[in-house]
Amino acid sequence: MNIHEYQAKELLRKKGLPVPIGKAALTVEEAEAAAAWVRSESGNPLVVVKAQIHAGGRGKGGGVKVTKTPQDCSAAISKILGMQLVTHQTGPEGKKVGRLLLEQGVDIAKEFYAAVVLDRQKGRLVLMVSTEGGMDIEEVAAHQPEKIFKAVIDPMVGFAPYQAREVAFALGLKSAGMEVVNAASKFFATLVRAYQELDCSLLEVNPLVLTKQGQLIALDAKVNFDDNALMRHPDLEELRDLEEEEPAETEAKKFDLSYVKLTGNIGCMVNGAGLAMSTMDIIRFYGGMPANFLDVGGGATAEKVTAAFKIITADPAVRGIFINIFGGIMKCDTIAKGVITAVKEVGLKVPLVVRLEGTNVELGKQILAESGLNVVAASDMADGAKKIVALAGQVAA
Amino acid sequence: MSILVNKNTRLLVSGLTGKNGTFHTEKAVEYGTTVVGGVTPGKGGATHLNLPVFDTIAEAVKKTGANANVIYVPAAIAADSILESIAAGLELVVCITEGIPVLDMLKVRRVLDAQTGPNRTRLIGPNCPGIITPGECKIGIMPGYIHMPGHIGVVSRSGTLTYEGVHQLTQLGLGQSTCVGIGGDPIKGMDFIDVLELFERDPDTHAVLMMGEIGGSSEEDAAAYIKKHMSKPVAAFIAGQTAPPGRRMGHAGAIIAGGKGTASDKIAALQAAGIAVAKTPAELGVTLKSVLK
Repeated sequence: MNIHEYQAKELLRKKGLPVPIGKAALTVEEAEAAAAWVRSESGNPLVVVKAQIHAGGRGKGGGVKVTKTPQDCSAAISKILGMQLVTHQTGPEGKKVGRLLLEQGVDIAKEFYAAVVLDRQKGRLVLMVSTEGGMDIEEVAAHQPEKIFKAVIDPMVGFAPYQAREVAFALGLKSAGMEVVNAASKFFATLVRAYQELDCSLLEVNPLVLTKQGQLIALDAKVNFDDNALMRHPDLEELRDLEEEEPAETEAKKFDLSYVKLTGNIGCMVNGAGLAMSTMDIIRFYGGMPANFLDVGGGATAEKVTAAFKIITADPAVRGIFINIFGGIMKCDTIAKGVITAVKEVGLKVPLVVRLEGTNVELGKQILAESGLNVVAASDMADGAKKIVALAGQVAA
Repeated sequence: MSILVNKNTRLLVSGLTGKNGTFHTEKAVEYGTTVVGGVTPGKGGATHLNLPVFDTIAEAVKKTGANANVIYVPAAIAADSILESIAAGLELVVCITEGIPVLDMLKVRRVLDAQTGPNRTRLIGPNCPGIITPGECKIGIMPGYIHMPGHIGVVSRSGTLTYEGVHQLTQLGLGQSTCVGIGGDPIKGMDFIDVLELFERDPDTHAVLMMGEIGGSSEEDAAAYIKKHMSKPVAAFIAGQTAPPGRRMGHAGAIIAGGKGTASDKIAALQAAGIAVAKTPAELGVTLKSVLK
């Protein structure tokens, strides 16, 4: 699960990390009031207006504006709130800005990068810092790896104070005084603790800023959570912004279906994540494009199959549907009955190709053949993919 | 011969009395697996499916002489079951449970890494279909009947895609020595390399079918290992060529993050190591057949 920058900063503030004075707003009125509050709290006329969407590159896209006067600030608020913000992560259509963060301006002396990430290969959490703050860290890793410093965290020992000092010294903070080294060490230790206490999957502060007054502040923050651990953080659920999530994906979650919306026009229903990805791949191999990833799971019931079918057919881009099931625990006759129920309930306006294999496959095929429905049977994955690509191509857009 | 499990495997079931534990234990017993008992805290002393139930794994091991445990308990307590299995000194733990928090698995991984000596516990999974040596021992949720005893080792991060691969092999008359589903989580027990090493040493395994997917770098690591250490032919497939970056594709570990872990990178690494990569998932069997010596 992803959250907004202002929510991330609020969480970090509660964990004891320094973040700028700021407040979120949903309307122009709220934003004006928040800006006035920020000015009075900070004692500084500088206010930064920041679009809150779940995507990076907001500054380059025109979603962040530093304002020096209340007039400038008002102009920025009305310009950014409601705009269609396009960044390298939003796609060409962009995202509508429905929330703003109004924040104090900060006198930046130097920018750094700090993040806690999961190193899958090592099987450890890693604190990663860099002198190249405010940049895309993947770019830095590719071209200036010597400017990235890492501390590998042993889950038994925890993040040790010496590790925090090592990375603080590596960033060259001693030149700003030992009090800054100590503040940075404390910052890094708190950052690691926050990651662990919140069950994050990513906790990134970029940039981490050293102000001209010698203060360290998390100027931007990105927090992603481990979906597997949300069960022990029920309070985080209210940070979910449904406006940022694909409605079909939200609907799929209710039925415990794993669904990802894609840009093609062939809907897929598959059991198992690996087979579902493979099905998308073979559709493209034969010249089509998948409209979605959909894993109905290992123990799908007729209800789940019906729900999955409804979600796929609700996508107006879909010109054909390919159901690919390898029945193990899930029996092919159960799937066949589920498909028939779904088709009768939802209706079928596009071609449907079904490939069944595994437990009770003959019975499943027989049920489909005798249903009187317009279902095209496929003998294997390749046959199914070829058939659905050909049939979907015949359907007028 | 085979790897990790055979007719001498004596299996315990954590969560035997639950719905999944009951269902899959019945199937395992039907297949011929030697199941010796179950563990459900609080139900010790009871009998379920004609099997003795114990309160702790340590007690179950002592009383039954079990050497393997399969875990069907819920995600919130599954990591604890793995730790309990390691502490009880079991040779093999297979964790089927999906949805274990990553931080829990980091602790498990740390305990696994700290083990030394020949009697260390090996973990398969979590979030996996399990392991089967056809005709001898089935541990997990895979349909037994699609398998056939033979000489092809199978290792995969997926569940149903593994069944697909096995089915294609069996259709071609190519039986399997052992099939291992290592699971779809980012932090897990045995990885491709660990299983490949065992297949290389097993005289009864003549070739290996390996199925990977997007996310992480296990396939790249495996490619380097195969090139350096394996004499047996390997065929591979990578799922997720059409997966968009930054999206989790069902499995917790199947995500292209920061431009890393793409299918094309993995395929390139495998091909550079001289491994035949199936172009489509419909060609898993024939690709393996093409590399047989």
